[in-house]
Amino acid sequence: MMTMTGAELIVRLLEQQGIETIVGIPGGAILPLYDALSQSKTIRHVLARHEQGAGFMAQGMARVTGKPAVCFASSGPGATNLVTAIADARLDSIPLVAITGQVPLAMIGTDAFQEVDIYGMTIPITKHNFLVRSAAELLEVMPHAFRIAMSGRPGPVLVDVPKDVQNQLVTFERLPAPAESDPLPPLDETAIAAAARLIDEAERPVLYLGGGVIHADAAPLAVTLAEQTSMPTTMTLMALGAMPVDHPLSLGMLGMHGARHTNFALQEADLLVCVGARFDDRAIGKASQFCPEAKVIHIDIDRAELGKIRRPDVAIHGDVKAVLQALLPRVRAQLRKRWLSHVAGLKSRFPLVLEGREDPRSHYGLVQAVAKALDDEAVVVTDVGQHQMWVAQAYPLRRPRQWLTSGGLGTMGFGLPAAIGAALAEPQRTVVCFTGDGSLKMNIQEMATLAEEGGNVKIVLMNNQSLGLVYQQQNLFYGKRVIASNYRRPTDFVKIAEGFGLEALDLDRSEHPEADLAAILRRPGPALIHCSIERERFVYPMVPPGAANTEMIEG
Amino acid sequence: MIEQVAEPLPTGGFEKVVLELEVNNHPGVMSHVCGLFARRAFNVEGILCMPLPDGRRSRIWLTVFADQRLEQLVRQLERLVDVLEVRRHGADHEVFVQLERFFQ
Repeated sequence: MMTMTGAELIVRLLEQQGIETIVGIPGGAILPLYDALSQSKTIRHVLARHEQGAGFMAQGMARVTGKPAVCFASSGPGATNLVTAIADARLDSIPLVAITGQVPLAMIGTDAFQEVDIYGMTIPITKHNFLVRSAAELLEVMPHAFRIAMSGRPGPVLVDVPKDVQNQLVTFERLPAPAESDPLPPLDETAIAAAARLIDEAERPVLYLGGGVIHADAAPLAVTLAEQTSMPTTMTLMALGAMPVDHPLSLGMLGMHGARHTNFALQEADLLVCVGARFDDRAIGKASQFCPEAKVIHIDIDRAELGKIRRPDVAIHGDVKAVLQALLPRVRAQLRKRWLSHVAGLKSRFPLVLEGREDPRSHYGLVQAVAKALDDEAVVVTDVGQHQMWVAQAYPLRRPRQWLTSGGLGTMGFGLPAAIGAALAEPQRTVVCFTGDGSLKMNIQEMATLAEEGGNVKIVLMNNQSLGLVYQQQNLFYGKRVIASNYRRPTDFVKIAEGFGLEALDLDRSEHPEADLAAILRRPGPALIHCSIERERFVYPMVPPGAANTEMIEG
Repeated sequence: MIEQVAEPLPTGGFEKVVLELEVNNHPGVMSHVCGLFARRAFNVEGILCMPLPDGRRSRIWLTVFADQRLEQLVRQLERLVDVLEVRRHGADHEVFVQLERFFQ
């Protein structure tokens, strides 16, 4: 028999689950858990500067490894500060286990100091959540939390643990086994056969890959399917890297800021094979006019996605990898010469124009200069805004899990902490974090964490002195009535970075920007690279609000 | 950030249906279930919940209007960890009929 406190039990179960790094911030209601953590020999704690930063660092770890990552926060404001990072994980299906301290059981509901109902608050933004009422419950709750986070469609799970439960003694015979993923759903052979038939018969099929392909480690199979059947392939923002962007069948990203030829090819498709994607409004534009001539095959692990936006002709509920494996031997290998040459024609008539790509101090040029200095082993993280779209358009992504971005929730402030998390989980890689001046300011305090941990994170700041995407929309769609989108006073980001203890390079003052950039990117350790970008640089092409994907505007 | 354009939600003229849910019996399950309906602006017309004899599970009866989102909503219900089973019945199911006298 073993006897230990609830807090010690949590730490033991985390160790047993293989957790090596936890990010968090302590506070009154979670001190027993931190006390127990201090005795762990295998778990290292990284102290964030804001709980939202802790949540996004955990996300960064989970996004590069595909395994659940853990963050800690105290009750009340500590817990509410996690909320944005949890919601972000939900929308992008990231496995996360957030553990929060709570006021003692008897004080719950009394407006005690630093009490919030984080359980109630996180119901709609978690895959599942728990309020633990006894230390003995932890024996079940902790493995469940991990199992739920990583099974099926991954997602965040919150475990709220009152302080007295952390201190309570529990006696038990043996530790429960570490959590494993639930078994995959059975293969729907009938639907798979029907899908194979549709693919064989199609003349103008397009493969449409979503983040589910990355989560299921199915990218190589998806590429094989595309090659075997001559299917031009488009990726959502979340799926970038699934097929190398310079693969001859790649159409790049679709949607609001995709290339014109991509959206035109989709318009003409007679079959859309949607794999692990969810017909998000930023990807498909006006739903009723998306791929109007296409039959749809929809493959997803989450049954609630099938038919949510577009009714599929063949719906396949299942693990994307398992379904593709079963599908591949059933589809005929064929070379669709006419369709491929038509798509090639669209590509040459409506190419993605990367204006100023030769100038490393322009928006596209900077992205490409960074890419040129690094190889495919680097991790590319973004914040949210114009820079995010420029990187999505111009960075040659070629590897699953190379690309970390806040897609569904679109959270400014995601970039820096997510990049730190990626560097914590995979210290051998260079992690480059493209950001904007608006986004960086939203979690800039994590520069302190970065300096302390010394992760190999290069922050590439595109500074246009504004909330650029808002400024762009006010100019294009609100009669140039610009309000609250420009910063009137410049910030000296180089000084700030140096103040936090980071190396800094100001490309504005550099005489050899390309060489200086390459040098700092290749030197290990954290750094900020600052570059001013003209405010009048907008993201193009663009699907205007409420329009179909084929009605894109250019600058 | 940009207007998201969707067809307006349908209003009225839909049939009522009765849903029968088998759920785990612990605090918070009702919040998970009712929250899902509220989030999707689905009005729950009637609700009834009692524990089953074994005490570990409960049964929840709901009446809702069946607009075209119901099928997807049921799938979202089935996705909830504490929801073990969802069954669909017609509006004339006796469970609510017998309750009517308490609401007069």
